[in-house]
Amino acid sequence: MNLEKVVFGFFILLALTLNFGFVYGHIDNPAHHASWELFAAIVVNLIATALKFGERTQIGAILLAASLVADLQLIAAAVVWGVAVYGTGTGLTEMTMASIVSLAGGALVANVVSVTLLIIETVKIHR
Amino acid sequence: MMSESQPNVGNAAFYMVLRRMRMPILLLIGSYAVGIVILIAIPGEHADGERWRMNFIDALYFLTYTAPTIGFGEYPYEFNYAQRFGYMPAIYLPVLAWAYSIVTLIGLIQDPVFRRTVEAGRFRRRVRRLADPFWIVCGCGDTGSMLVRSLTERGWEATVLDIQEQPIAELWTRDLRRFVPGWQADANRTENLRAAGLDHPLCEGVLAVTNDDHTNLQIAITVKLLRPQLRVICRAEHQSSADNMISFGTDYVVNPFESFADRLALAIRKPEMHRIYEWLSGMPNTPLFDPAPPPSGRWLICGYGRFGKAVCRRLDKIEVPYTIIEQAPQRAAAPPEAIEGKGTEAATLREAGIEYAAALLAGTDDDADNLSIVMTARDIAPQIYLAARENQMAHRSLFKAAQMELPVEPSYIIATRMLSLITAPLLPEFLRMARGFDRSWQAQLARRIREVSGGLVPEIWTLETSTEGTPALQELHQEGRTVTLAHVLDHPHHPGQPINAVVLMLVRPEAVVPLPDLQVALDKGDRLLLCGTPEARHQLEWTLYHHNTLRFLVTGEERPDGTIWRWLEQRRQAKPN
Repeated sequence: MNLEKVVFGFFILLALTLNFGFVYGHIDNPAHHASWELFAAIVVNLIATALKFGERTQIGAILLAASLVADLQLIAAAVVWGVAVYGTGTGLTEMTMASIVSLAGGALVANVVSVTLLIIETVKIHR
Repeated sequence: MMSESQPNVGNAAFYMVLRRMRMPILLLIGSYAVGIVILIAIPGEHADGERWRMNFIDALYFLTYTAPTIGFGEYPYEFNYAQRFGYMPAIYLPVLAWAYSIVTLIGLIQDPVFRRTVEAGRFRRRVRRLADPFWIVCGCGDTGSMLVRSLTERGWEATVLDIQEQPIAELWTRDLRRFVPGWQADANRTENLRAAGLDHPLCEGVLAVTNDDHTNLQIAITVKLLRPQLRVICRAEHQSSADNMISFGTDYVVNPFESFADRLALAIRKPEMHRIYEWLSGMPNTPLFDPAPPPSGRWLICGYGRFGKAVCRRLDKIEVPYTIIEQAPQRAAAPPEAIEGKGTEAATLREAGIEYAAALLAGTDDDADNLSIVMTARDIAPQIYLAARENQMAHRSLFKAAQMELPVEPSYIIATRMLSLITAPLLPEFLRMARGFDRSWQAQLARRIREVSGGLVPEIWTLETSTEGTPALQELHQEGRTVTLAHVLDHPHHPGQPINAVVLMLVRPEAVVPLPDLQVALDKGDRLLLCGTPEARHQLEWTLYHHNTLRFLVTGEERPDGTIWRWLEQRRQAKPN
């Protein structure tokens, strides 16, 4: 067992699970989506991205791309949140909450792709 | 997998940065995350006792201005002591992470491996971006630099490989007409040749002029295997390497010693032909080199190395007597009658019979020795004809000052031969044919070249008649007119006064004609070898491109120009029918 691989898999999976945890719930209900969870998802996603730096294989490149997509979507969600609450003062209306969660939902798809690729690579090596 | 076996070397530096910066970036993310959590977790108190917490934006903002700078105060409200204690680690952690990142980055920039990777990537990018035909010059010593300068002056681009750092660095400091990408790398390796543009569609060919025969051989083989259609011109100092190179189709091999020996023999026996050789293969726009013909009396040859041997072979052939002076006659395998010594002392020269000799050639591989031989010889016999080999361009001014009749500059010989091969591939064929003619023919040609060149070495160029290159000719042919050489060589502004150019040779599939008659009609697909002034060259290009000029020269009539006028003219001509 390779500790580096464990850490790598851990962060990629954690990025997916946290992301899922944030998205889970009614899309327009602010009570179902905690800002802490979004924060944690962003941090873990950034770490997962950094871990993929410098991989020069084809699969490594797609993993990195998927991670960058997830980062972008999550950060966009956080920015929407910040602007809505502190910038324009609109507050967390149903409309803003829905757009925040759907942005995070996009990131979730990217994270699913990441994990799928990781599994494919693992299976290929074992064969 | 392609991407694994053949990584994209151009981006190698970028990947190196990413891989090295992975740890610092992870630490930065981690420290910021921890800092934000601490900042939000510890509550503060307003003066009235009401509790407040930072939100994510406050926390990120606070860290952003404290971590990389010294910060500017407590934000958004004044902190209490619990916050100040808690925030200290939140400030220190990112500061340390930043410091670590910066140190890593600086370390990476100073890493020689990284710098080499960056240089390689930059070189490849620059080569890829070349948009004009170019030559790869392997080896940038005396010969290579001369070639690079002349190529760029003639409108070619060049890429340079050299095993040493110094010549590449000097490329930057020389005021070349174009930017020449150079890289310090071993030209023996295929990968490096590829980096220099071997696969580039605009690559014209490779000039292998390193000072190592084996490297040149390796370059020639590589190019002929990977891109056989490219021209390879090699320098070779050993006959065996030259034969080897020729054996697998190297286009030309230039051996400076054999070249010189050949010219020397020519100069002694056929001075007119020698002149033609020198003038047609010299550096354009330098004064015409017009040496006094070397004498055919006894020669003293100092130094019986590769150079001395080549000269002696030719002298044998044209039956000119000579005496060899060699420091180590046994090792050099000199004939038994050779005089032992360096030639730098008067005694040795006297022993070799300098009083009765007509000429002396200082041909050792040491410039100081050669100069010393020349000076000593001149002291003893002021009238003697002197020739000396100049090994390093750096000593050129010394050799100039010594004022000998025939300086021998191997690097100059190689560079000029190669250049004439590049600019006029038909030239060797012409020179070969010219050697076969008698002396009066050669003398007449020499006179003609001198007439048109105005005292400077003329430009040599090849002209091919084609639809794209010479559209005017094409158009007149379609009108059913005959265009002769005399027509195109005439000057449109001074009719009856031909431009300063000589047609040396006309090549057609069915015939090769040296010095063709001016009444010969030009045909499509003809190739002409010309020499003349740069102005004549431009004038000729103009004539063959602009149909009005050419029509005027052929028929003497001037026609309206411009698309509209041409259209009106066509209508006017069409009407009566």
